[in-house]
Amino acid sequence: MRLTAKILKKPITSALIAIVCGFLVAAVVLAAAGYNPWQAFGALFSGMFARPKYISNVLIKAAPIILTGLSVAFAYKTSLFNIGAEGQYIVSAIVVTLLGVRLNLPAPLLIPVLLAAGMLAGGIWGGLVGLLKAKYGIHEVITSIMLNWIAFYLSNYIVNLPAFHQPDSTGTYPIRESGYIMLLPNWKRSPQGMAALSRIPWLREVMMRTDVNFGILIAVYMAVLVGFVLYRTAKGFELRAVGFNRDAAQFAGIDVGRSLLESMLISGALSGLAGCVAIMGAAPHNISTLAAFENNGFNGLSVAFIAGGSPVGCIFAGLLFGGFLYGGQTVQADVGAPSEIINIMMGTIVFFMALSKLISTLADRLAKGSALHAE
Amino acid sequence: MLNNLTLLISITFMYSAPLIFGALGGVTSERAGVVNIGIEGMMNIGAFAGTAVCYFTGNPWLGFLAAGLAGGLLALLHAVAAVTCRADQTISGIALNLIGPGFALFFCRMFFEGATMSKPIANKLPKIFGNLATQNAVAKNLNLDITAVLAVALTVLLWFVLYKTKWGLRIRSVGEHPAAADSLGISVTRVRYLCVLLSGVFAGFGGSCMTLDIITQYTPTAISGQGFIALAAVIFGKWTPQGAYGACLLFGFAQALTVVLGGGKFAVPSEILAMLPYVLTILVLILFVGRAVAPKEDGIPYEKGAR
Amino acid sequence: MQISDKYAVQMRGIVKTFGSLRALDHVDLDVRKGTIHALLGENGAGKSTLMNILYGLYQADGGEIYRNGKRVRIKGPNDAIRLGIGMVHQHFMLVENFTVTENVILGREVTNSLGVLDMKRAREDVRRIVEKYGFQVDLDAKIEDISVGMQQRVEILKALYRGVDVLILDEPTAVLTPQETNDLIGIMRNLAAGGKTIILITHKLKEIKQSSDACTIIRRGKLIDTVNPQTVDEETLAAKMVGHPVRLVVEKTPAQPKDAVFEIDRLSVRDKRGLPAVKDLSLKIHRGEIFGIAGVDGNGQNELVEAITCLARAESGTIKINGEEIQNTTPQNVIRHKISTIPSDRQRHGLVLDFSCEQNTILEKYRSGPFSRRGVLQNGKIAAYAEKLIREYDVRPSTCALQPARSLSGGNQQKLIIAREISNEPDLLIAVQPTRGLDVGAIEYVHKMLVHERDAGKAVLLISLELDEVLSVSDTIAVLYGGSILGTFRQDQADEKTIGLLMAGGKRHAVNS
Repeated sequence: MRLTAKILKKPITSALIAIVCGFLVAAVVLAAAGYNPWQAFGALFSGMFARPKYISNVLIKAAPIILTGLSVAFAYKTSLFNIGAEGQYIVSAIVVTLLGVRLNLPAPLLIPVLLAAGMLAGGIWGGLVGLLKAKYGIHEVITSIMLNWIAFYLSNYIVNLPAFHQPDSTGTYPIRESGYIMLLPNWKRSPQGMAALSRIPWLREVMMRTDVNFGILIAVYMAVLVGFVLYRTAKGFELRAVGFNRDAAQFAGIDVGRSLLESMLISGALSGLAGCVAIMGAAPHNISTLAAFENNGFNGLSVAFIAGGSPVGCIFAGLLFGGFLYGGQTVQADVGAPSEIINIMMGTIVFFMALSKLISTLADRLAKGSALHAE
Repeated sequence: MLNNLTLLISITFMYSAPLIFGALGGVTSERAGVVNIGIEGMMNIGAFAGTAVCYFTGNPWLGFLAAGLAGGLLALLHAVAAVTCRADQTISGIALNLIGPGFALFFCRMFFEGATMSKPIANKLPKIFGNLATQNAVAKNLNLDITAVLAVALTVLLWFVLYKTKWGLRIRSVGEHPAAADSLGISVTRVRYLCVLLSGVFAGFGGSCMTLDIITQYTPTAISGQGFIALAAVIFGKWTPQGAYGACLLFGFAQALTVVLGGGKFAVPSEILAMLPYVLTILVLILFVGRAVAPKEDGIPYEKGAR
Repeated sequence: MQISDKYAVQMRGIVKTFGSLRALDHVDLDVRKGTIHALLGENGAGKSTLMNILYGLYQADGGEIYRNGKRVRIKGPNDAIRLGIGMVHQHFMLVENFTVTENVILGREVTNSLGVLDMKRAREDVRRIVEKYGFQVDLDAKIEDISVGMQQRVEILKALYRGVDVLILDEPTAVLTPQETNDLIGIMRNLAAGGKTIILITHKLKEIKQSSDACTIIRRGKLIDTVNPQTVDEETLAAKMVGHPVRLVVEKTPAQPKDAVFEIDRLSVRDKRGLPAVKDLSLKIHRGEIFGIAGVDGNGQNELVEAITCLARAESGTIKINGEEIQNTTPQNVIRHKISTIPSDRQRHGLVLDFSCEQNTILEKYRSGPFSRRGVLQNGKIAAYAEKLIREYDVRPSTCALQPARSLSGGNQQKLIIAREISNEPDLLIAVQPTRGLDVGAIEYVHKMLVHERDAGKAVLLISLELDEVLSVSDTIAVLYGGSILGTFRQDQADEKTIGLLMAGGKRHAVNS
């Protein structure tokens, strides 16, 4: 009993239980609609893992949402709800595209410049929310939503500017190649490269057929870094104190207003980094007219909650979410079941994560129960 | 001139209707102390249900009711999570924003031969003066959609109930000080369940205002952000029905402006125009509203005897 | 005792468990009609729990309840109210932005047939009760705008509006001046004379002796005894409450104050609503002195502390420590100038409950060495420091360093805060309501600590709503009323009557040390 209680209290247990529940609910819905759940799940997993290029695409798709997930998780640790991740992502994409098209710099310069610019743009967009909250007490949800929409229309405006609009397309010109963060783009096309790759078929498939890039490495690195900052540094201590108890933090001399601002700056920068990775890492390396939100930011919310707010957890949650999003297409193609079953499944997983407090309470009760029996 | 003015009015009311229903749903839920971020998802499933029922029965009013029912069912999940399980209401709301559209599109594909768009409906919700056979453009513009009337009616009704009846007093007490309400024998659980369910019903109605009136079919982008604008309207309107109504009208008006002015004599690009309501909201917030004060126990699960 | 209708309420064998905690262990209670019956016990002894069961807020796990000799089941407050049992809670159950009338009628609204509120008739009904019992209440004011004393009268009004016969009062005098306490006892006696039964939950021995006909003592969930307080002295009552003999007076040697280290000169502070809360206040505290401020809640204590700790703006005037002005700077600056504060609300201002005890000890120090080097936390140094504090200040359990602060009892949480603040080695230690919610043992400890600091040559500012505490601990006593100090006394010159008069705004006295 004691052991069960201990296991139940670990955060990862909640996540695993939630995932299992997600599959269960999806299975029920599929069965009720006349599809074979096993076939559908089989298609899902094969769509994720069956071929090396699938795995690569999962990693590529996961990178931006790991970062937006980190963004949301970081803000949540300081009791802020960063629903503006979407807008921060968009402004970063705008800035990266604008600079990436215009600046004629070699890769060793352009890449850091673009990364920095994107993070700055996202940081400012997030910082605005923090500033308005700290200075005027305006609810961060409403300013975030407003800024999301402002970013959205700003993006479409930029796309349609004659200076940037690519004729006969719905998007801008792509950024210069020196801004790409692809993996060895030139080598893989060179004769030596082609020769070397022909000897390792899976590598060739991954490098030639997918946009394999450094994004995933950036994402993993940031997750570890964020974790370190949150739990091992004085700044992280300060931000978490504010997140847990603003009054006590203020009483202890912490400048709460500044902390909220800093938190949103960092959070915004992380979402901005997601925008960088998306533009610099994958085709078409530009921004196009949006009919609706692409949801990279909003998906970050789900990733953060599935991860239980843990930075390192965001890596796995992001991979899961990205994998399901990508593999979901196969479900439709192979089995005919609507790919939206994935959304239902992800939504259910997040829902059960919301209930995870119950699991912790249940664990406490089990532990007490065993203690009483022992007496 | 009058033509444009009346067109502006007409479109304002048309676009603001879905927002108003969504926002009233938000007010209802949050006044009782339950944060509802999932309005978007409830509007979405309502939008689909309304379209589907209307398409297959030919009756838009049945569709409207079905939309409310669908929204309410989704809200039931939120109620169970937030009230009974005392879960994190923010996360639960986000989950519903995934589950709602998920089911909506899933069923759409099933009922409409694998397409993610429904077929257009034949009979949409009527206008207040019915089918006005007139060539007069002004008169035609003033023939508002019935959704505008319904929206106003619900706003007034909600305002009256909240401030002039005993149920409204109890709902507000549950949102401000559930322990006090509990100590006087009011069932916090029952009140909160009811309010969350109603918020889903209203949001569902709002979704169907979109698909049974404005675009007359369900598409994946039918509801893209209206639920969040409704949420902003709740905060902007300081959690009052009349405030939320006003805020929604403002947003609807701005959207109408982009339609009427866009591509016209003004050289302002349509995207900048579209941005205006949101920039305006932030400015107004800075200048006037400032500290938004939610119901005191909004978002905090109620536990008997908790210290 | 037999079950009979001589008794308004009888409880037999009540058992209540919360998790693994046995809050009530087969407790009996017999309350005669028309009497004032006190329930005495320390914080956490179970007296509130017992009454919450009687009022239906909790359900007992075992035992029976009898009303007027008949067995009853009380499943919720509605049942209790229907049986004529009403409760006035310690922490008021009032909706802040509702008016007095709305709060009184909530749940029992006056409406027409469609549910529409008839506020005119409601107001009239409530006004009639107010007149009948001679209360002083503003029916149209919002709760957030009225005084704490009036709020309490509203709570009593709620019960009377529902026609209760048995009125349970949970620690009602915590927020009252001595005069208001006397008034309340007068109201209680009137109600009792009129046939109503009063159950008084309290830990204040003096009031029990002043008011009650019977007193039941509960300790750690068990019934200890029922006595007639008129025939038993305070020491005996205290001993029964705690389980061992208790010193009721703080032991200390006479003060030997030195130079003035802390000075406030004509300080004015406005409260959150912009109204003046501290008006032209001046005081001086010396090294080696415990300066106590007595006063009823709401007379500017909170604003005074907030201004000193720079959580609120001082409109005018100066606050000086060691000669340096610190008003309107930052909380961090105040701490740096060697002022440490034990806050009144330990869970809200004192601790981050979700942080570990260890983390709470460095809440003010995490930024600098040795706890932090180049921004990175030095866990080893932090752990060592926390261990030292926990050991020195006897925080229990001694293994709590990595446990969340939430898991500590109230007394130990307070010890943790005291440990943290005192080890800052402040020149001025401010203690606001330091013993609220603590049991007698913890209270003794806190008082001992304050005296110890004073003996070590520090200045101590004690602000408390418990007049007894201020009188017994302080060397110098000042009375705060309406934002100003009405009088300052040496401990040996202070007498309760005069002070009580000043607390209620009586004439300014020119008596000084």
